[in-house]
Amino acid sequence: MNTIIRSTARCLRAGAAAVYLPVRAGARVWSASPPRRLLCAAADLQKDLGAMVKKDKVVVFMKGTPAQPMCGFSNAVVQILRMHGVDQYAAYNVLDDGELREGVKVFSNWPTIPQVYFSGEFVGGCDILLQMHQNGDLVEELKKLGIHSALLNAEKESK
Amino acid sequence: MAETADHIRDKLIEELAAVHVDVEDTSPNRCAASFKVLVVSSQFEGKPLLQRHRMVNTCLAEELKEIHALEQKTLTPEQWEKQKSQ
Repeated sequence: MNTIIRSTARCLRAGAAAVYLPVRAGARVWSASPPRRLLCAAADLQKDLGAMVKKDKVVVFMKGTPAQPMCGFSNAVVQILRMHGVDQYAAYNVLDDGELREGVKVFSNWPTIPQVYFSGEFVGGCDILLQMHQNGDLVEELKKLGIHSALLNAEKESK
Repeated sequence: MAETADHIRDKLIEELAAVHVDVEDTSPNRCAASFKVLVVSSQFEGKPLLQRHRMVNTCLAEELKEIHALEQKTLTPEQWEKQKSQ
């Protein structure tokens, strides 16, 4: 907590443009240690989110991690993706970062978590992903991303 | 919470011209104020899922500031009839 207060004070004194230091460069999952993001970086967060959602084909903002979801809806998203064989994706834990949690809602203009992005485009939350899974749309959307759904293999095997 | 459920139902009927609305208070099963809604409206005709959900989100913008989670099912009257007969 003290490092955040001290570095915030430094930023205000310096009057410099916000310095946004990602916790681990290139990391797929936000680590649990306090982020070094400064108060004046809200606008930078929106810009970063723009880059974050495009960096990977499948991006999920969730509560907890794919290994340990901390909410039923976030868990549902993880499970659905897993059923389709999608285990490699960027997952950002909003519980680690209050600014990210609020910032992503503003960015997506969507009020709740989890939030799913395919190729930089907002897909929806748990409900929408579930309905897409049930009506076959998810397999199609994954195909467009160049991802072959595991469920297609399961179908082939049963025929 | 019953008042909030009724309030949500009334708002959805009024703003989306919904012909059928079910509002279920799922808060007891979740960590905070949560609702599950089924909205049937011809205004959803021809609109993709995401757009329909955004319409509901816009309608309930004030309530969503307090609500923790909102599960939605959005159907057109035709889809709803089909679902009922299944």
